[in-house]
Amino acid sequence: QKVSVEVLDHLEHLALVDFRDSEGVERLQNAIQFADQLHEVNTDAVEPMDSVLEDRCLYLREDDVTEGNCTKELLENAREKVEEYFVAPPGNIPLPKLEERDTFLQGS
Amino acid sequence: QVSAALKEGRVTPMELCQQCLSLIKSTKFLNAYITIAEETALKQAEASEERYKRGQPLGVLDGIPVAVKDNFNTAGIETTCASNMLRGYISPYNATVVQKLLDQGAVLLGKTNLDEFAMGSGSTDGVFGPVRNPWSYSKQYKEKSVPKSHSEDKESNWVITGGSSGGSAAAVSSFTCFAALGSDTGGSTRNPAAHCGVVGLKPTYGLISRHGLIPLVNSMDVPGILTRCVDDAAVVLGSLAGHDPKDSTTIQDNFKPFELPSLTDVSKLSIGIPKEYHAPGLSGEILALWSKAADLFRNAGAKVVEVSLPHTCYSIVCYHVLCTAEVASNMARFDGLEYGHRSDMNESTESMYAATRREGFNDVVRGRILSGNYFLLKQNYEKYFVKAQKVRRLIANDFVKVFQSGVDVLLTPTTLSDAAPYKEFIKEDNRTRSAQNDILTQAANMAGLPAINVPTALSERGLPLGLQFIGRSFQEQQLLTVAKWFEKQVQFPMIQLEEVKRHDHDVFQHEKSASF
Repeated sequence: QKVSVEVLDHLEHLALVDFRDSEGVERLQNAIQFADQLHEVNTDAVEPMDSVLEDRCLYLREDDVTEGNCTKELLENAREKVEEYFVAPPGNIPLPKLEERDTFLQGS
Repeated sequence: QVSAALKEGRVTPMELCQQCLSLIKSTKFLNAYITIAEETALKQAEASEERYKRGQPLGVLDGIPVAVKDNFNTAGIETTCASNMLRGYISPYNATVVQKLLDQGAVLLGKTNLDEFAMGSGSTDGVFGPVRNPWSYSKQYKEKSVPKSHSEDKESNWVITGGSSGGSAAAVSSFTCFAALGSDTGGSTRNPAAHCGVVGLKPTYGLISRHGLIPLVNSMDVPGILTRCVDDAAVVLGSLAGHDPKDSTTIQDNFKPFELPSLTDVSKLSIGIPKEYHAPGLSGEILALWSKAADLFRNAGAKVVEVSLPHTCYSIVCYHVLCTAEVASNMARFDGLEYGHRSDMNESTESMYAATRREGFNDVVRGRILSGNYFLLKQNYEKYFVKAQKVRRLIANDFVKVFQSGVDVLLTPTTLSDAAPYKEFIKEDNRTRSAQNDILTQAANMAGLPAINVPTALSERGLPLGLQFIGRSFQEQQLLTVAKWFEKQVQFPMIQLEEVKRHDHDVFQHEKSASF
């Protein structure tokens, strides 16, 4: 089955990455088809595995400050900054809806 | 060997460094390096020389030129991951493994080329262009290749290095450094090691710190080690392994660096040959080589048994889902705000993020992010992501069962065939190629097991073929001991690069003898 335009649009929103052209959409379709092979495997009564180190305790260190004070170094790599702040454009403006966006998905 | 030379004063760190740097310049056509840290390298070499003069070298690695894959953070040196997203990004810190190397006195020559964000199996998809396999320019390959016509440009027949740590493998293979760091998520260290005829070690997950390694798949990534011989790999491993408080996925057990014994008696060894690794597409040459290797062990007295890892054929699909899911999460940090590329689009935060990511990532990365997000959607989570996690357990359990039955080490091929010509390789897209090529190396990442590629013989086309050993968790000593024995038996030939003039043969030569 093909993926619906609503889902594709939803994905573009979630990922903040666009499909760009039909090849991108096809790539996703192929990826899904490929992944469907998983359903051939019988996994009844099998627990999902998060990590190969699941039999060990995760290391937690003491809640002490051991490093920091590197504001200058960290700000160096940012393009837009003011004093000690990273500057972002306004955040309360949502991405335009599908009909209003200049996206490849408009055509499909 | 070179370390001994440094100690005895037969060669100085400055000389070594300068020779390597000039070699890098003369092998620029390989495109193995993205950034060459000439100034800092010379300073490090100078400091090392001072230490040797005082008779106080920091250790075996003092003064040894090394290279690091460009997805490790290196303070003050550009780290790009071969992507437009991080072009111009100067890391403010050193990855733990880089720091460890520097603390031992190693001389960091530069950052090597890779597939963008380590996604790929050819080192062909980075923004700085593909890496060329040094063996393309070897006497051995040229002798065997038949030009289609006299006018065919010999340049166009070059073969790929494999990936994604292709730059590191090419650097070690072409003698521009003595060891290099790669990363291994699905075979990214072992695959190029096999194609470039060098040793590629993937350590057990949790043994070496990932702090500073730009993550792809947090539950499978490990830093990889590329060297020209197994002993060297053990030395580097010794200086890198161990708990790191900055990486809570490193185990807390004490790690003791070891020296590899020279095994003479293999009769107590049990070698497993997993039959599922006779994968579709495996070349006849490699199959024969694999068989020959099994015989080698058998004739030397080891117990060689056929074993089964029934879920091997699903490891690629499983990897596909888990990898894209983790990638979708890990790539979310690239939004242009704190570092890296930032788009000029300024209308809203979201549109700036979207534009930045649109401009910064290539098709492969974007494709994986979108696929990953699809598998993580609420309606798909159980069906794909959790299902893949269950299959992962089945794959890991396969290995547990086999090792419990008494097998010490598994012997398998590393790649399906020798290195493909670039022109052939790019005919299929990245995902298809990865799916084809990762099949033999991926399962070890799923299960977190250590694995090593040992260059074994030359193919009919004069290119390197390697075989892989997979060991038990945290049993690197046993794994490397077996690998070292095997390496000694096969006597893999040294690459004969015509265009490269080496001044100091004593320093650069390793054993040179008849082929396997």
